[in-house]
Amino acid sequence: MYWKEFIHQCSDIGIGSLGIVVVISVFMGAVSTVQTAYQLVSPLIPKSSIAQIVRDTVILEFAPTLICIVLAGVVGSKIASELGNMRVSEQIDALEIMGINTRAYLIMPKILAALLVIPMLVIIATVLGILGGRLAGSMANIISTNTFDKGLLEGFLPYNVIFALAKAYTFAFLISSVPAYFGYYVQGGSLEIGRASTRAVVTSCILILFADYILAALLL
Amino acid sequence: MSLPDTISMIEIRNIQKSFGDRTVIENVSAVMKPGQCNLIIGTSGSGKTVLMKCMVGLFHPDEGEVLYDGKDFTNMKSDEKTEVRKEIGMLFQGSALFDSLTVEQNVMFPLDMFTKQSYRKKLERVNEVLEKVNLSDTNKKFPAEISGGMKKRVGIARAIVLNPKYLFCDEPNSGLDPQTSMVIDKLIRDITKEYKITTVVNTHDMNSVMENGDYIIYMYDGRKEWEGNRKEIIFSKNERLNHFIFASEFLQDAKDMRMLEETGKIANERNMEELTDRSAPTLVPPPDEE
Repeated sequence: MYWKEFIHQCSDIGIGSLGIVVVISVFMGAVSTVQTAYQLVSPLIPKSSIAQIVRDTVILEFAPTLICIVLAGVVGSKIASELGNMRVSEQIDALEIMGINTRAYLIMPKILAALLVIPMLVIIATVLGILGGRLAGSMANIISTNTFDKGLLEGFLPYNVIFALAKAYTFAFLISSVPAYFGYYVQGGSLEIGRASTRAVVTSCILILFADYILAALLL
Repeated sequence: MSLPDTISMIEIRNIQKSFGDRTVIENVSAVMKPGQCNLIIGTSGSGKTVLMKCMVGLFHPDEGEVLYDGKDFTNMKSDEKTEVRKEIGMLFQGSALFDSLTVEQNVMFPLDMFTKQSYRKKLERVNEVLEKVNLSDTNKKFPAEISGGMKKRVGIARAIVLNPKYLFCDEPNSGLDPQTSMVIDKLIRDITKEYKITTVVNTHDMNSVMENGDYIIYMYDGRKEWEGNRKEIIFSKNERLNHFIFASEFLQDAKDMRMLEETGKIANERNMEELTDRSAPTLVPPPDEE
């Protein structure tokens, strides 16, 4: 049953958020390319630099942080309201009466699923972000696909990917555990569920930004 | 699924529970009648739900003990508690069905968690208990698609699917029409007898009291004000209890008629003429006069 719940959560968090992640990633990459090109007007700077900047920005910041902030809203509010509703409608009490460890059954699969799926979503977002930038560069005649590809390979640091994944795992834990806490301990009725959900998203976002700074300061 | 070999006993000793400065349960002791329907009655806020939650372990009492078959449940280790909880079924006030699961999955849930039976065996058992609560054709429906009374019956089916020794029902009649309430009462009574379960019901439904009250505790302001059975409650001289039970004119008349039948006099010195002038209280409307 725990395994079933884990798979269910993986599908809920992963498949459920895939659409928004795809859309945001492609446009995030496209806008990065256009805006970077707009600022690099000097003829002394090679056009391949645009690809380098887009690549590093997407890997280091946009894909892990921006996507996780969006996921904090999408996934976090869902977790908080789901658990809050279960608490208020006595479903959690019903599980406890049955002798089930509700934290292990309801919260643990959510955290484990988030730790598995959110880094995957971040990797997908990174790839799609770079592809979106490449597509926008060629469509707007800013940079040719060949130059973009050449730029992508110049000065690539594999450590940046590890750093991005470290951020993704940290944020995944925050996105799942903070709303789970707010939802699990909600008291009252439907109004309180809404409040808990909002508080969960706001707190998660603040903690993500705080953790983002700490990780950057420690690991870069 | 086999029935329990012995009828099991629940005892509460000097239970005390406070929330902040407010004492909600004050020194309540009782021995529930094994294999029978035990009722906890009282006005809203009298502490009956808190008492029940202390009994099932959802709240930890500040003082006192809850004993299941003589074993102190309150101070048990968590794994021992889990074992006792597997023998407890509970029907919640709002039924507490899992929204995302169908009726069949809801009832099968305890079997999935605690047995290693094949799906076919589990389904057989689910159908058996659903039939017991007269819900044979709702397997694939979700809780949102069924009525309040049906939800309560699904809740009962889920509570008894593992053949528990103890059944707790928190206000099983709340939000139900009188007819459905009676169906639920009868179901609880039948299940108690058939499965030899020790049942504890929280209620303020007077019909439940008269139908199911093998042993009744009346709670007032967090204290046990009175205890007895459904026969004794009629003749009780406890003023608070009488205020609670016979709050309506209709029930007061019913009580007086009953006393008149049995003792030839009325306890509270009401005008006998006034009583006999009124037609005997009845739930059935008189037939149309021709």
